[in-house]
Amino acid sequence: MLIDRTQAEEAIIENFLNSDSLPNLLFPREMREAAMAAFKEHGFPSRKRESWHYTDLRNKLTRISSYSDDHNDGRPILPLILGNVLFSVVNGKAVSNSVLPPVFCTPLALSPSRALNILRDFSITNVISQVNTAFASDGWRINVQKDVFLDNIIEIQNLQNGGQSHTCFSVSVAEDSRATILERQLGDDQESFLSSVSDIDLAEGAEVLWIIIRERGILSTELNRFYARLDKGARLKLVIINAGLHLLRQEVHIDLNGSRSDFQLRCINLLSGESHADTTMKIRHFARSTTSKEMIRNIATDTSCGVFQGMVQVLPTGQKTDAKMLCQSLILSKDAECHAKPELDIFADDILCGHGATFSTIDRNQLFYLMTRGLTFVQAKAVLVKCFIKEQIEGIGQEDIEKALHGVLDHWLFLHL
Amino acid sequence: MLEINNLHVQVAETGIEILHGLDLVVKNAETAAIMGPNGSGKSTLSYILAGHKGYKVTQGDIFYNGQSILGMNPAERSALGIFLGFQYPIEIPGLITMEFLKVAINALRKARGQTELKVPEFINRVKEIAKRLSISMPMLKRPLNVGFSGGEKKKIEILQMSLLDPTFCVMDETDSGLDIDALKIVADGMNRLRSSQCSFLIITHYQRLLDYINPDTVHVLSKGKIVRSGDRDLAVYVEKNGYANIIGVSCG
Ligand SMILES: Nc1ncnc2c1ncn2[C@@H]1O[C@H](COP(=O)(O)OP(=O)(O)O)[C@@H](O)[C@H]1O
Ligand SMILES: [Mg+2]
Repeated sequence: MLIDRTQAEEAIIENFLNSDSLPNLLFPREMREAAMAAFKEHGFPSRKRESWHYTDLRNKLTRISSYSDDHNDGRPILPLILGNVLFSVVNGKAVSNSVLPPVFCTPLALSPSRALNILRDFSITNVISQVNTAFASDGWRINVQKDVFLDNIIEIQNLQNGGQSHTCFSVSVAEDSRATILERQLGDDQESFLSSVSDIDLAEGAEVLWIIIRERGILSTELNRFYARLDKGARLKLVIINAGLHLLRQEVHIDLNGSRSDFQLRCINLLSGESHADTTMKIRHFARSTTSKEMIRNIATDTSCGVFQGMVQVLPTGQKTDAKMLCQSLILSKDAECHAKPELDIFADDILCGHGATFSTIDRNQLFYLMTRGLTFVQAKAVLVKCFIKEQIEGIGQEDIEKALHGVLDHWLFLHL
Repeated sequence: MLEINNLHVQVAETGIEILHGLDLVVKNAETAAIMGPNGSGKSTLSYILAGHKGYKVTQGDIFYNGQSILGMNPAERSALGIFLGFQYPIEIPGLITMEFLKVAINALRKARGQTELKVPEFINRVKEIAKRLSISMPMLKRPLNVGFSGGEKKKIEILQMSLLDPTFCVMDETDSGLDIDALKIVADGMNRLRSSQCSFLIITHYQRLLDYINPDTVHVLSKGKIVRSGDRDLAVYVEKNGYANIIGVSCG
């Protein structure tokens, strides 16, 4: 039992006591109480917990923004690409619902039992599940049926302009279906606090391209947990670009349960101001001949901080695993910092695994060369940053998405170089 | 006109002085050659002309068309028309050569108050120059200088020079490592610009290049100073007798 509670911990507990006044709590009371009991016992993790070593949540989270009512008229924003099918959550409430016949969908608040499928674990380090379970109000359950090739992109929006929200997304893609899912985590410059949990099941032979575009204001704190399970031959390609935020903890948990399943991650973190972005990833190779490849690129300027903790685990059942993980950081100012902790945890002998981390700064000679050709200092720097990021974006295979990602990068460069 | 007066230059990081009071004048449309033993400060001179931050001017000044350029960064100097052909062109992984050329030419046009070059016009200009230099178009789709041979890198420097409309070119050992065909092509590229009143400062070890580009003046640089100036005959003399004589005389 913690004796000294931080102001933020007090606020969480207080909110829970008043939770009867909160609209639409998703989970049954006993479950929420179990979650809160775990939270009360452990509090927010400090750097003493190994998996939070570089993100001392207890000290970083000085306050919790209060809930707010008025919010953008509760409306979703336009889809990023014309024709996308929208599933929006605004200020913690699921709003529009476009109909796409081969996809079964429902706001979780209307069908809370479906949220129960979301795996819950309130262990000591899993503060995200604790908080999310205690407070989740809404989200979407999306189920792509069997043998479906979706032409339209499924666009999930989670909009939070100030205030507080806790949401869940439960997605399953049935046998041999293909889908592209675009998740947009957006918010303005008002102070906000949110948790968002995504829970994904890919059945045998399912193929999913999942893109996360996260652009939130500099007073925003987001705790996110993305947990996907892949059955036989399923393929998940996850592309993430993060810009803004005061504090981001983004956990990616992947279980490769079926043989020949494949996971690929490309993650771009654009860090400026006092931003702190922590990507913590755990890939578990449970089955034979599974493959995974993760490439993380951080760009850090001002006094920002990027953290990558990546664990690739190969279980005894995971013979013939092929796994690669690489974190590269480009540091643009003397006060910015990046930490990388790639780890392999291997219990099988016939496997191929590699990992690495690099740190660099802008090469002065390259900068000079470009400037002698007329590029201004800022232009030359932008060109070099783009060179660093480029291969993360290229070859995704969807031109509109690549364009959107380049757009996020260009906008960030315009604001921060 | 370029005028360098009593220039003292240090390595910024260590404070070690490399140029010790260098004087040089290159008139409009003049082609000057600089020769000198290894380590005499030729590349340092080229860097300082282009505005490299790793070197610091502690005394003296550089004027281009009557204006001191010491306070200008490399981009501003480039906009004035100063072009540096690198002895060792820099590799930039990820930057497609063609894209780079487009960004560069339009950055310069903007700085010079000209309108942006339309894409088809840009492509035509590049194609025409590339053809003359026998650079293949597929090569321009590769990342800048990455994996290019020594000769290819030098040709790409000449391509950039030809494209960017300079008025003063500092060419640092552009001839080193070229076979005779490439040498001719490169020299031809420079001669074309010469005829449009561009000035040149050609840094070379060999008289060979000067067979193709006839310099108006020749200067010998030694230990960070110009120790002898003359005409073409000085280059012939150096080629024949080496530097020892000249350097010996000047050191007294
Ligand atoms: N950045 C640097 N740091 C230390 N020494 C340098 C640096 N640049 C040049 N020098 C030294 O200055 C001298 C002149 O170098 P350089 O201008 O490259 O000669 P050149 O081009 O005539 O061969 C050499 O002794 C070289 O080692
Ligand atoms: Mg040199």
